[in-house]
Amino acid sequence: MQYFVQQLINGLTLGSIYGLIAIGYTMVYGIIGMINFAHGDIFMVGAFAALIVFLILGAMFYSVPIVIALLIMMIVAMLLTSLYNWTIEKVAYRPLRGSFRLAPLITAIGMSIVLSNFVQVTQGPRNKPVPPMVSKVYTIDGISVSLKQIIIVLVTIVLLALFWYLVNKTSLGRAQRACEQDQKMAALLGVDVDRTISITFIMGAALAAVAGTLFLMYYGVVVFSDGFTPGVKAFTAAVLGGIGSLPGAVLGGLMIGFIESMWSAYFSIDYKDVAAFSILAIVLIFLPSGILGRPEVEKV
Amino acid sequence: MAVTVSPERDIVANPIQRAIREALYAGAIVLGLFVLFIGLKTDQNISNELILVQRWGLLAVLMIATMVGRFLYVAYGQPFLAKQKIADVATGLLPASVATRFFRLPYFIAAIAIVAVLVLLAGSLDGLLGPALAGYARFVRALAIIYALAWVIYYFRAFILAHFSGLGITALALYPIVVVLVLALYTGSMVGGFQGSLKWVDNFGIQILIYVMLAWGLNIVVGLAGLLDLGYVAFYAVGAYAYALLGTHFGLSFWILLPAAGAMAAFWGVMLGFPVLRLRGDYLAIVTLAFGEIIRLVIINWREVTNGSAGISGIPKVSFFGLISFNVSDPNYISKVLGIAQSGAYYKIFLYYLILGLCLLTAFVTIRLRRMPVGRAWEALREDEIACRSLGINTTTTKLTAFATGAMFGGFAGSFFAARQGFVSPESFIFLESAIILAIVVLGGMGSLVGIAVAAMVMIGGTEALRELDFLKQVFGPDFTPELYRMLLFGIAMVIVMVWKPRGFVGSREPTAFLKIRRAVSGSFTKEGHG
Repeated sequence: MQYFVQQLINGLTLGSIYGLIAIGYTMVYGIIGMINFAHGDIFMVGAFAALIVFLILGAMFYSVPIVIALLIMMIVAMLLTSLYNWTIEKVAYRPLRGSFRLAPLITAIGMSIVLSNFVQVTQGPRNKPVPPMVSKVYTIDGISVSLKQIIIVLVTIVLLALFWYLVNKTSLGRAQRACEQDQKMAALLGVDVDRTISITFIMGAALAAVAGTLFLMYYGVVVFSDGFTPGVKAFTAAVLGGIGSLPGAVLGGLMIGFIESMWSAYFSIDYKDVAAFSILAIVLIFLPSGILGRPEVEKV
Repeated sequence: MAVTVSPERDIVANPIQRAIREALYAGAIVLGLFVLFIGLKTDQNISNELILVQRWGLLAVLMIATMVGRFLYVAYGQPFLAKQKIADVATGLLPASVATRFFRLPYFIAAIAIVAVLVLLAGSLDGLLGPALAGYARFVRALAIIYALAWVIYYFRAFILAHFSGLGITALALYPIVVVLVLALYTGSMVGGFQGSLKWVDNFGIQILIYVMLAWGLNIVVGLAGLLDLGYVAFYAVGAYAYALLGTHFGLSFWILLPAAGAMAAFWGVMLGFPVLRLRGDYLAIVTLAFGEIIRLVIINWREVTNGSAGISGIPKVSFFGLISFNVSDPNYISKVLGIAQSGAYYKIFLYYLILGLCLLTAFVTIRLRRMPVGRAWEALREDEIACRSLGINTTTTKLTAFATGAMFGGFAGSFFAARQGFVSPESFIFLESAIILAIVVLGGMGSLVGIAVAAMVMIGGTEALRELDFLKQVFGPDFTPELYRMLLFGIAMVIVMVWKPRGFVGSREPTAFLKIRRAVSGSFTKEGHG
């Protein structure tokens, strides 16, 4: 039982990170119907930005309280990845809006290659390990919970609450939902569609940057190719939850996190990704539009 | 209030002020994007701690270059292009007149003259100009040759377009012979010609043709049936491992294993096809991606059979139907049979013709299948799945045959790849490969065999050519390695080509089946169906 609860906690931590990335995928998909393949690499860029800021802070001030350091890292990473995603949308996706469906997908794959190779060229191909930032571990009843995990879950909850408020209660969120339903109609009613789409990309990037910072803090190492696997898993999570649905993305993220940690705990760690992908395939066979996704209406 | 007639006139009106503003914006964006990543570099010091290295000079150079570039483009480039466009509209000339202006006869003569002078001076260039300038001179010579070739192609464009397939196949069939002969003349001996041809035949010829074949195979799934497959490399892997395992353990010949590998890949295509039959569009994409990753992960982790990440080496070579072998130790080794000097080039040239044959087989089968009921059903499925079903086409078998046929060609290419490398490892079957193949299919214009071949040549040939740019080392210093920038430039090229030509190089979707006259469905008018 203790072992099981321990794995549940690990899964929750992992799932929070996946969920944060998955929201970026699902939001972009919801609003312009494209898979933003570069999103995983945006996450990696966020983690790298956090790493560099961490090193700057370490070099300039000898003792910054870790909470403030993390906060600064997150904010800088959010600003930077927002700028990246904004630029990418403007350069690679906007000219292709209204073009056929595969065109933006190909530019997204191209951008993903560009981002990971850009970081490889500028920052070098090696692993970048950082000293542990937060190392406190609480043990309750034989179950150990590290402060890192508590921070990750707390930050995720706070961000999700904020995000839920933004999407459901503000005029910006209303504009986003309007664009999601019908871009032409939204434009006719005075919604600036281009601006709304740009803001959607910025919001997705900001959440990915937070996920990147948390990833760096949790694992203590980052490398240029780190965008791919978490990116694919987060995308899997978004599809599993029903792509286009925000609660679905979080649910899918948590599910993938649980599947991974449980599989590594009880079966074999080598095949944890295989398990996650297989369960995706099985779920989609029975629920072809994900768990919380609305079934697509077939129109003739 | 100014009334703007067209965006072109607006651009011409007041460029300098706008240019300064845009340059400042561009500079600010570049500063923001690159300040952390180029201005600073994380590096390990001796005690293995991460430290930051500062590179503000590089950042400043990049920023200034971007600002100047943007300024020049907005202040002079855009008005120039806009004026051209206005002039074309005013004089009634087609936009093609820009190309006519670019390919003028005097320019061609000048290019030929430059090439002639530089070729004549080839030996003494280093002495005359010094190594650095000589590098530039060689670059200019290459550009002039490319221009002259492009001029010839442009001049004979009507003839070339009319006989494209025939000319292309002839050129491909003659390619190794021409390479060997040219290099033999250059070095003065036949042996030198064969030795020198290795790089050209292997790195450019075989490499490009493998991608052409893979892209043509994927074209059946994506271009004809309209099913988005992001895990095509899985079938490539199945084919490669089928040949590698059966060839090394049981000593079976390539010619038996080639169809076996194709059948196995087709089987896996059906295996993948069954669960995803109900899925549409992007759900299909993610499941195929997951399938590709599953196959790769199983190959990595199933160490008892596949030897894990270490891969399988010592895969037997292909023989010429058992008559002529390419192993030096065999009694029927080619140079013993034919009585010529030993060289590794024969095997490469043989492989080149083998993959060329496989490519042509793929093209032939695709072209014939498109005329058969199943091919028509694929195209109908691509255009509209619901209409397709209501007309009584069995979408299940249609989708499965598309997956199986596409996978089979992937399997053929895979077993060829294993035979060519002599070594397979999971490293070769990563998602990036699937992405590259899909990119070639889409960049070439989905469904168009010629377009896909051109796209493969440009993208793969281009990245291979980057390995050859040694003169850049003289420009940027000996630490500069162009290979590092290969994939970066590949990605940038993907984005630029796609934004420039969203429908691909050959962007029409001509229906294979038609009533009375062939009417092209203009790409820009058809909306992509789901699925």
